[in-house]
Parts: sequence; C-alpha cells; structure tokens
Amino acid sequence: MARRKKKNVRDEEPRRPRGRRAPIIELSDVTKVYPGGHMALDRVNLAIGRGEFVFLVGPTGCGKSTLIKMLIRELSATEGAVKIAGRDIGALPEKKIPQLRRNIGTVFQDFKLLPNRTVYDNVAYALQVIGASRAEIRDQVPATLRLVGLSTKLHSYPDQLSGGEQQRVSVARAFVNHPPLLLADEPSGNLDPVTSIGIMQLLYRINKTGTTVVVVTHDREMVDNMRRRVVELYEGRVVRDEVSGGYTEESTTEFGLRMQAEMGVGREGEGLTNGHDQGSLL
Amino acid sequence: MSRLIFFLQEALRALRRNGAPTLAAVVTTVVTVILLGVLIPIFQTTQAKSEQVRSELNIHFGLYDDATKAEINALQGKLEAVPHVEEVAFISKGEALATLRSELKDKSIVEQLHTNPLPASFEVKADDAANLPGIRATVMGTENGGKPQPISPIISNPFDRQQASQQIEEVTSALKIVLTVMTALLIAASLMLVGNTIRLSIYTRRREVEVMRLVGATRWFIRWPFMIEGVVVGFVGGLVAILVLWLGKITVVDPLGDSFSFLAAQNNSTLSFPALVAILFAASVLVSTIGSGITLRRFLRV
Repeated sequence: MARRKKKNVRDEEPRRPRGRRAPIIELSDVTKVYPGGHMALDRVNLAIGRGEFVFLVGPTGCGKSTLIKMLIRELSATEGAVKIAGRDIGALPEKKIPQLRRNIGTVFQDFKLLPNRTVYDNVAYALQVIGASRAEIRDQVPATLRLVGLSTKLHSYPDQLSGGEQQRVSVARAFVNHPPLLLADEPSGNLDPVTSIGIMQLLYRINKTGTTVVVVTHDREMVDNMRRRVVELYEGRVVRDEVSGGYTEESTTEFGLRMQAEMGVGREGEGLTNGHDQGSLL
Repeated sequence: MSRLIFFLQEALRALRRNGAPTLAAVVTTVVTVILLGVLIPIFQTTQAKSEQVRSELNIHFGLYDDATKAEINALQGKLEAVPHVEEVAFISKGEALATLRSELKDKSIVEQLHTNPLPASFEVKADDAANLPGIRATVMGTENGGKPQPISPIISNPFDRQQASQQIEEVTSALKIVLTVMTALLIAASLMLVGNTIRLSIYTRRREVEVMRLVGATRWFIRWPFMIEGVVVGFVGGLVAILVLWLGKITVVDPLGDSFSFLAAQNNSTLSFPALVAILFAASVLVSTIGSGITLRRFLRV
C-alpha cells in the first residue's frame, strides 16, 4: 500500500505544502458490521493519493456502496479509521459533516436530480444550499455546464433530457464547487456503452483538473480498457489493487478515441460530440 | 438576504404543492384561535365576576328590633372574637333602608313604605369565603346539631349570599374545566395537524433533502424552509381567525354591549382587543412553530 502511495504522489503538483501530502483517502483496517450482524467490510486497507483516478469494482453486495457511504460519513466505521486528507472523519463532530461533504462531489446511478427544476436550477441548487452568493452562482453554474457539454440545455427539465445528459447534469452538480474529491457510484449503471464512455470521458476530464476521482462500477470491460488503478472488493475485502498497464498521460480526446476503439463503438457517440470545449480546462 | 429569499421561496413552493394538508392545518388553526379568542374573554369575565362575588361575601345577622344598645355592643365584641372574622360593622335600620333605596332603580317602592321593615344587622366579613359557613355555624350555635343556640338572644336570623356564591363558583369552575379541556384538545389538534403538514412536506421533498445533505448543506439550512412553512401556516391561520373575531366583535358584541351591561362590563375588566389580538397571534405562530419543530426533530434526520 505504502509503495503505491508513493508512486502516485508523483502525479501531484510539487509545490503543495507538506501537510497536504497525506493521501486524500486512507482506510486502515476498516470494518463495518451492520446491525443484525452482516459484515459489509472486513479490515479494509486502502490509500488513494491526490489526483488519482481509481475504479472500485466487485459484485453486488461486496461492500462498494458501504465504502462510498463511509467516505461521506453517511455511515460510520464499526472499527478502524477512515481518513480524508489526513483527517479521521469518524471523529468528526456532527456539525462538521456538511463541511466534509462540500469537499466531496457525489454522483449516483439514479442521478438524484430534482424533477421540477431546470438543468441550470439543479446545478445552482447545490451552490444555493451551501450559502453561495448570487455572483458565485452566476459565475460557476454556466461554466460547469459548459464543461459537461450542456450549455445549450440550461432551461430544459430533467425529463426532457436523455439518460446521458441527466448524468452530466448530476456530474455538473457534484463538480460545481470544484471539490478535490469526486465519488461516482455506478455513474453509467443506467446508460448504454456509448453514453457510458461519454460519462467516463467527462470524469477523466475532471480528473485532469486535479480532482481525485473514485468510480464504483461493475462494468469489467470498461475498467479493463481504461487502464487506471483498479481496487476490487469481494465479500468486504480488498482482493485486488493494481495499476493496469499503460498508465500513461493522455488527453481527453485521445482517451475517448482509445476507449471507442477498445470497446468497439462508433465515434458518433453522444458523449464524445458533446465535449466541445475541453480546451478551457485542459 | 439571498438566503432568506431562498428559504421563503422553498417554503412557499412546498405549501403550494401540499395544498390539501396545508389547508387542513390552516383551518384547524383558525378554529383554535377563534375559540381561544372567544374563550379568553369569557374566562376572564367569569373569573372577574366570581372574584367580585367572593370578595363581597359576608353574612348579615339580623337583630330583633327590641335589642338594647348595650346588647348590641356586647354582641359586636362577641362577633369580633369569632375565629376568621375580619370585620364587623353595625348597620342600623335607617342605613339599611338607605342602601336599599340606592340599589333600587324604582325609588317609588321605598317611598310607598310607611314603616321601615328592614331590621338592623351586623355585617360580618370573613378573611376568606371558605370560612363563612364556619362563622355562621359558630354564631348561630348550630355546630353541635340540635336546636340553634345563637351566641346572643338578640340575633333573629342570618341572611347571606352563600348559596348564590356557591352556585357561581360551581358553574364557573365547571365552565372553566370544560373550556380548558376544549382549548387543550384544540391546541393539540393544531399541533398535530401542523406537524402532519410538515411531515408530508418532508416526504414530498425528500429528494431535495437528500441532495442538500449530499452537497453539504448544514442542518439548519435544511430545516429552515420547513420551519418557515409551519410558521406561515400559523401566521395565515391566526390572521384569518383574528379577522373573523374582529368582524364578530363589531357586528355582534359591540351592539349587544350597549344593551347588556354584563357584556359592557367585560370590556373594562378584561383585556383590550389589541392585546387579545397580539396574544392570539403570538399563540398561533408559537403553536405552529412548536408543531413543525417537533416534527422536524422526529422525522428529519440530517
């Protein structure tokens, strides 16, 4: 674990102050037993450095979702410590939990969009409820929607959008306040392969801005082709943690093209044509 | 400022979406406040009336006309020595007639009397209304049963308003219990209905709540719109009820007050209308706030 941590530190900007060098996510001997005795996680050890792109895979019921919920303190560990940016969040007082969550963007399989609000309002909502000023909202929301390729659909309602577009809105909402960590729980679970690549490409682009991205999925093919670090859980234990071959820097376009080629889907995919202004961030 | 607007927008949006339960809560609040608005003056009037009667409570011991001055003075001393007696006053035949004359509107009745039929008497005031029967028994010598043996032979008979006062007390205490129970039940009903409205609102807005939690909204940021929702219910309910009460006051009570002294008197002894309005308004807002607060505590775990 320690070796891998070191390896990933290289990806970080060299000028970071010393205190911030701790891995952004660090689990040590984390065990979660649900009331009733079911053991969801069994002494899990895991460290994810800043700026990493990590896949969390495993069959249903292996503890992936439990792990994600622990990272945002929706659940607490029964034993062991969960550290975010070097801080044990198990010891975090109730009052500090919102602050933790403001630094973690979350994306879910079911999008969790508000059906009676427009795309713009859905994204703005995330800023409103953390007390952002109007100026910030006016500034950040259009920029983020441009990033996810939805600047033409600001005033559409979620039910007027395709699944892929809805997931983009949800990514935009998670990323609108630029959290250093983005968690995506089965972001492409409801989407077809082409659309999924589009979402992955978007997450990859966000990762390239320096945000650590953790993606939970059970799409093995996608994971194998993306050549990123893969952590596999099985019955609550980490059974595989490896950096796939060819862990090279590539631009978002290169990444998209390679993904298309390897997954054997056409280049007219929705996700690819929508990403029209990558240049602004990369 | 923008936060306040946000909270208000959220609260009003939720109220519009939950029309029926909101209306139920508002209507219950209206009924409760109207009843409170009627009960409080009634309560105060009966209280005042009962206290007035209670404070007037005294016993007159009538004397035979042939009583001598010495006998009367001796009796006064004896009466003052009876336990719980606070004040003893001698009322002569002439004084009694003068009092009667002043109490009667139709003076001619008195004028038609050729002789003074009223006896001289001692007016005995007790330190507390509850002690009057004891004083009466002691003076009349009836405490051991058997034939009455008054403490002085010049006492003819006692006359008092004991029965009247007892009746007033019985009626008012029964009335008070009924009114209190009714008010308590209605307040409980409004609390529960406001709570129910908020609970439904939490349910219909569970997605918003979920999103707010996920993006890191603070506990109170999430709660405020619900709290405001409850307060708006109380505010509107209170406003409508006060309007109804005000209409009732100017159309029914005020005209009646001119012809019924009982109603008119109440205006002096009870709260002024603005004070009553302020109390009712505060009560309705308070009840709805408590209702939503309890519900949030129970059903909104954030």
